[in-house]
Formats: sequence, C-alpha cells, structure tokens
Amino acid sequence: MSTTATAPKSSRHEASSLTAGQLPSWSTWVALVASIVVAALLTVAFGGFNLVGALALGALLFLVVMHVWSMSVEGGRKAVDRLAKHLVVAAFVIALIPLVWVIWSTLTQGLPRMDVTFFTNSMRSVVGQGGGLAHALTGTLWVTGIATLISVPIGLLTAVYLSEYGHGRLARGITFFVDVMTGIPSIVAGLFAYSLMTMLRGPGTQNGLAGAIALSVLMIPVVVRSTEELLRIVPNELREASYALGVPKWATIMKVVIPTAISGIVSGVILAIARIIGETAPLMIAAGFTASQNMNPLNNAMMTMPVFVYDQYAHPGVPVAPYHERAWAGALTLILLVMALNLLGRLIARRFAPKTAGR
Amino acid sequence: MSHSSSSPSTTERQESSENSLVPAKKRIGDSVFKGLSTGSGVLILVVLALVALFLIMQALPALTTSPDLLMQQGYGPFWSWVIPIAFGTVYSSFLALLFAVPVGMGIALFISHYAPRQLAQPLGYVIDLLAAVPSVVFGLWGANAFAPSVNTAWIWLNRNMGWFPPFGGQASGTGRTMLTASLVLAVMILPIITSLCREVFLQAPKLHEEAALALGATRWEMIRMSVLPFARAGIISAVMLALGRALGETMAVAMILSGANVINWQVLTGTNSNTIAATIALNFPEAFGLRVNQLIAGGLVLFVITLAVNMLARWVVSRRAAFSGAN
Repeated sequence: MSTTATAPKSSRHEASSLTAGQLPSWSTWVALVASIVVAALLTVAFGGFNLVGALALGALLFLVVMHVWSMSVEGGRKAVDRLAKHLVVAAFVIALIPLVWVIWSTLTQGLPRMDVTFFTNSMRSVVGQGGGLAHALTGTLWVTGIATLISVPIGLLTAVYLSEYGHGRLARGITFFVDVMTGIPSIVAGLFAYSLMTMLRGPGTQNGLAGAIALSVLMIPVVVRSTEELLRIVPNELREASYALGVPKWATIMKVVIPTAISGIVSGVILAIARIIGETAPLMIAAGFTASQNMNPLNNAMMTMPVFVYDQYAHPGVPVAPYHERAWAGALTLILLVMALNLLGRLIARRFAPKTAGR
Repeated sequence: MSHSSSSPSTTERQESSENSLVPAKKRIGDSVFKGLSTGSGVLILVVLALVALFLIMQALPALTTSPDLLMQQGYGPFWSWVIPIAFGTVYSSFLALLFAVPVGMGIALFISHYAPRQLAQPLGYVIDLLAAVPSVVFGLWGANAFAPSVNTAWIWLNRNMGWFPPFGGQASGTGRTMLTASLVLAVMILPIITSLCREVFLQAPKLHEEAALALGATRWEMIRMSVLPFARAGIISAVMLALGRALGETMAVAMILSGANVINWQVLTGTNSNTIAATIALNFPEAFGLRVNQLIAGGLVLFVITLAVNMLARWVVSRRAAFSGAN
C-alpha cells in the first residue's frame, strides 16, 4: 500500500511516518459537521432554512468533500474505499428513515383513539365519533385461528414428509411448488378463495371461512419452509439411537424428532401468523366488509383488522377526522400485534434454542 | 414403542432397504403416518392446481365474451383494459427495484462486513422490523404522511428537471404519484433484499476474503473481488424474489397511487398507470356479474407474471446450487 512511498509534498507530519499519507481520525466527523453546516447556510441563502434539505444536501456534500480530501491525501484506492464505506452506512441510515417515520406517525396519530371504547365497541350504526374495532378484532381472531388450524397440520406433515420420507421426483416437485406458492400474490389467494365460494355457494359469497382459506394458501408454504429447515438440523444420531432401540419410524418422528425441534417449530408458526395477520387484500375480497359483530365464520361478511383500517381510511363519512383517527388507531393496534407476535416467536426460538443445537 | 424381535418374513425381503439384513416389521402406525405426510404434500400440489384451475374457470367468461359486451357490462375490452395496468404493475415494480436494490445491498454489506460484530445482529432485527409493518399501514402512511411531505420535492423536480422525460408533464398536486408509490414499494421490499443478500454475503468464503486483504486490498476491493462475484447468483435471485413481491403488492399501491387505466411513463403527474393488484382491490367490492370475472381474469394475468418471475428466480438459485462446489 501507500505506506512505503510518502510523497514529500504531502507529508506535513514528518514526525510520525506511520500515519503519514492518512487522514486523521477526526476528519470524518469534522467533514460531516462542516458539510451539514454549509448545506444549512445554503438553504438559508436560498429561501428559508429547511432541515430535511440541509441534511440531504449536507450528506451529498460530505460524500464529495470526503472523496476529494481523501483522494488528495491518501490516493485513489483509499478514497474509493472510504466512499464505499460512507455509501454503505448511508444506505442503512436511509432505511431507518421510513421505519422511524412510519412508527412515529402511527404513534402520534393513533394514540388519541386508543381508548376502551375502541376495543369494546363495533362500528354498528356509528356515524362520526365513537365506535371501535371490536368486530374486526374478533373477526381477525376467527379468520387467523381457522387459517392456523388448516395450515399447521398440513404444513407440519408436509415438512415431515420432505425431511423424513421424501426423495425422488415427488419430493423435488413439492419443494419446488412450495417455493412457487410462497410467491403467490396475496390478492390472487383472495380471488382463489372467492372463486371457490362462488362455486360452492353461489356468486357474491363472502364469509370468514373464505378469508381463512385465502390466508391458508399464504401461510402453508411459510410453515413448510420453516419447519422443514428445523427438522433437517435435528441431528441424525438421535434418529439412529431411537431406531437402535427398536422404536418404529413414526414414533421416532413423533417422540424424538419433533420434540427436539418443537421450540423452533412453534416460533416458525408464530412468525407465520405474524406474516398473515396483516394481510388486507385477500380478506377484503374473500371475507368482505361489515360494520357489525359476526361470530359465525360460515355466513355473512366478517370484518378483520387490516380491512377495518382500509375501510376507515378509504370510505370515510362527512367529518373525515374521526374516521382517519380510527384508521390510525387500528394501524397502531395492528403494528403492536404483529411486533408482539414477532417478538414472541423470536423469544421462544431463542429461549429454547439449545434443544435444537444438540450434539 | 417396545417391539419384540421380529421374525423376518421372506416375502417382504425385496422391500427392505438394501443396508439392513433383517427386513423391518410392517407397522400400521408407520404406513398411516407415511400416508398422512405424503398425502399433505400431495394436497399442496392439489391446492396449487386448484388455484390455477378456479382462477381460469372464473376468468373464462371475461376472456370469451365479445369486446362489445365487456364494453357495456365490464371495464372495456379485456386486452386493452389489462395491458395498461399490466404495464403499471411492471413499471412500478421496476422503479421500486431501482431504488431498493442498491440500498438493500448496501444495508446487507453494512451488516455483514462493516458493522461491528456485536451490533450486526440487532441491526439486522431493526431492518426486519420493516417487514413487520403490514402493507395497509404502509398505505395509510404513504397516502397521509409521506405523499404530502414529498410533494414539494416532486414539484421542485418537475420544475427544474422537467427536461428529463419521466419527470415531465403536469405535476400532481397531491403527491400521490408513481414515484411516491414506487418509493413506498421499495421500502416494503427492502427487508427481503437485505435479508437474502446478507445471508449470501456471509457465506462468501472467508479464505478468499483473507487472501484478498493479505495481498493489500482495501476493504472495498476485497468485497468487489471476493464477496460480490461469489454472491452474484444469490443477489439475482434476491432481486427476482423482491420483484415477485413488488408485482403482487396491493394495498400500499391502491391507497397511495391515484391511478387510471392509461400507459404513462411520467412519474410525477396526477394520471398514473394503475397496477393490476390495486385495480382489483379498488374495484372488487363494488363489482358484480361480468366485472367480477374480468377482475379475476386480471388476477390470472398477475398470477402468470409473478409465477414466471418466481420460477426464473428458483431456476437461477438451483443453477447456482449445482455449481457451488467452488467453496
């Protein structure tokens, strides 16, 4: 590298030849602060201070300044290295902006309506203020619950087939099509469930079961993938030890393989629920809209939380504010629910992980 | 569970696996369990076939009716209806990829090769939080908070860079433009790109990386010479999977984009090409009769497009798996 030949003109720090030809460690921060200050002054000069503009312009300025400075002191290769590092850090910061922004606006606009009424009342004959998502909450519980009941056995057994029994063309075909199923757009799953109900019960049929079927189409592949992965890391020695004791294969799977991986399987199922609980489009099509409590998943439309959020936003009454407030509060509830599920899933996976990491 | 030593029946000898001398005893439990698990595997294939079949059956009326009848009872002749929204679907997803791929790869590199070891995993979780936000919340945020905020920037772009064709045209007053929608789409597919790329970057052979560093490469040169070539196929498949996700994304686009049934390359105007998924979502609740069939036919087109993209992605991955003996 450039440590061997320090050009005499650039070596002002004759005393320490080791650090010659390098930018001092404070240079990054100084350049950053200086660029932002200059950018802020520029925005003041061109029509009023603008924080967002100052930060964005400052970041650009920083990249250029730092590149030129490093190029002149450290040479081209190091300058490119620095540029890459700054761009990579910038990418991370850019991704944080929407995350923080979404959470911030949901919190500030959703909190005002997070009251008891919101969780105990439905929207039945509510115009304007008041009302809540009780009907959507029970609907989500019903639909997600049924979807879980359908998906978990199918997904679990398929994963068992793929990891314990499957080889040859059928297993490869199933693996491929499970992957294909992962890519089905959620709205197509909704259309599928709607078509199914149209054929069984006549056109225009919307009910909770149809919503659950749509969600199952989305959930099954997720359960299969996560479970299969876990079953595969169960050490083979455990299976062989069990066979050696004369235990039949099915009992080995039920009593040895699955219990070893159970924490991971449970967390996989919870993460899959977290994935589907926020799905809107398929439920809108298959389960429909309603303002009232419906406890029967076999008949009539059933409201769910994501559809509630969409409905409050997209079809507001004349004073828009209470409807949008309910939409934001619903969004906040939904985010909290999904994050809690995610956290729970990860916690279970982490807490009971040593079992799967057996020798 | 306990089973006494079984007497080998010679008739079943050929059925035993080749490495056991004594054929295993047939057990009811085994065959039931095997039947159940094979059955549910086959059930998945059946379900997928049914998805395709039902969509085709429900879409058929719209595909076979004469354009005149569709003009009266539907949304217009099928192909002239579906091509603009198919264009909108592909265009918005393409723009989303344009924004999300560099940023997503940057984040993946940051987590895998730049961030301090102890921080890497928590930072990965932070990005995964983006995946935990439901799309309807992104739609709400995009339409109510993001679009109004960025509109000044869009108007500025339109005024000062209108000579660049995509930025031309009459700027939108609400900010609910193609650019806004595809930026939100980009945010939504970011976690997929990041998590998949991060995984491949971490798999890059350590020896190659250390060899590059030992030869005096800077960190960026090491990444360019040993990490990126290794990860190329993985990156491509991550991009394709993200594309599949963006193509099918419904609610965010439906809530943010003020779309119409037109083909428009300009990203800052008030008339944007709608997407297939958003068109279905917006029209389905009020649709009846032939219109339902036409929307389902649109869904079928979307299904075919995403299927093609996903299969291509899987094919790239499997090709990589076949040649990954290098490490």
